[in-house]
Amino acid sequence: MTALELRHVSKTYGEGAAEVHALRDVSLTVEPGALVAIMGPSGSGKSTMLTIAGSLEDATSGDVFVAGQALAGLSRNQRARLRRRSIGFVFQNFNLLAGLTAAENVALPLELDGIAGRTARKAAVAALDNLGLGDRVSHFPDELSGGERQRVAIARAVVGERRLLLADEPSGALDSANAEAVMRLVRAACQGGVAGVVVTHDAQLASWADRVVFLRDGHISDQTDPLPGPESLLMPGHSQ
Amino acid sequence: MSVPHALLALLSEGPKYGLQLREEFEARTGEVWPLNVGQVYTTVQRLERDGLVEADGTGEDSQHKGYRITAAGEEELAAWLRTPPDLASPPRDELVIKVLVALRVPGVDVPEVLQVHRRYLVQLMQQWTRIKEDAAEDDIGLALAVDAELFRLESVIRWLDSAESRIRRHPMTQVKNGAPLPRLRRPTGARR
Repeated sequence: MTALELRHVSKTYGEGAAEVHALRDVSLTVEPGALVAIMGPSGSGKSTMLTIAGSLEDATSGDVFVAGQALAGLSRNQRARLRRRSIGFVFQNFNLLAGLTAAENVALPLELDGIAGRTARKAAVAALDNLGLGDRVSHFPDELSGGERQRVAIARAVVGERRLLLADEPSGALDSANAEAVMRLVRAACQGGVAGVVVTHDAQLASWADRVVFLRDGHISDQTDPLPGPESLLMPGHSQ
Repeated sequence: MSVPHALLALLSEGPKYGLQLREEFEARTGEVWPLNVGQVYTTVQRLERDGLVEADGTGEDSQHKGYRITAAGEEELAAWLRTPPDLASPPRDELVIKVLVALRVPGVDVPEVLQVHRRYLVQLMQQWTRIKEDAAEDDIGLALAVDAELFRLESVIRWLDSAESRIRRHPMTQVKNGAPLPRLRRPTGARR
């Protein structure tokens, strides 16, 4: 079962003369365990693609499937539940709730989903510990560095039984060391079976992906070939 | 990469045999910059001739002979470390020339030319990133070398991105399909 599938998805905003085609006939499949980067300039439709994949917005036409489930047939509540259970979001500006501690932020989606407070907290602490934040569980977001806040956001995005991790410029606000740490965590989540989609204009960030899809003017214009083994770069003769 | 200075750096840690120099040189640089290991012995002989290293103990050939760095060698190494390499003169960049040429060739889809290169560069970056991901955490040398390569490739991609948006903003920059090439008028009175 694919973790995410977009079939001929188009998205139009406005009408008549003000009509803007944000996405045109986009099809994309992401398997569990794969990390796909969507690269494109500002206004190419990257973020629209992510919000549609995350069921935060509806496509004008086409079909979206998350964990095998068609979004079109779901009620508002069913979608909200799918988002809480199956989809994790990571944003450039972290989007943590300022009044909650790191552990409470991570536990929140589980509790909203009806999991008992103590069980949710236990899972949250384990997820934070996993990302090297075991000693930060009781800190509030403003007591954490940018890199730590983004790690909390990743913990919140992968806690529970998430199938799909959607990230919009997740390292945009971070320095290169923290950006690398964040991408290593995203990779690790994918190696654990989660499907990841990262939208970015940053080639360094995209280069962590198994596959890079290029978006131009709302349509997929190109994508990378499957990766050869790294040894091809380390062969004698490949010298500068 | 300067082989003489790499050898001086190895000897700054303490005296070493020729064979040892060769092995350490290979271990430290071989993975990312496969240089000619054969150069090691001839280079160390040259360093000895120039008084930057001296024999340490006995030993007949370069392989079994021990070497130590001299005071002059240490000075040379320190000076080299603080001397920036020549970055002032821009390299002759084939990609830049290619894009400039593409703008003049009728019927060429320049954004497509840019994308062919962007895809190739991103694929190279994916490969380097995978090497960094798989490397041992304490292999700082490899991580630094891979980072340098990633930043270099990224800068080329950023240039492609900015070239594309510049060309989109000024679509007339490109010669249209079928448009005649501008005529070069021969100045009157020019000599043949």
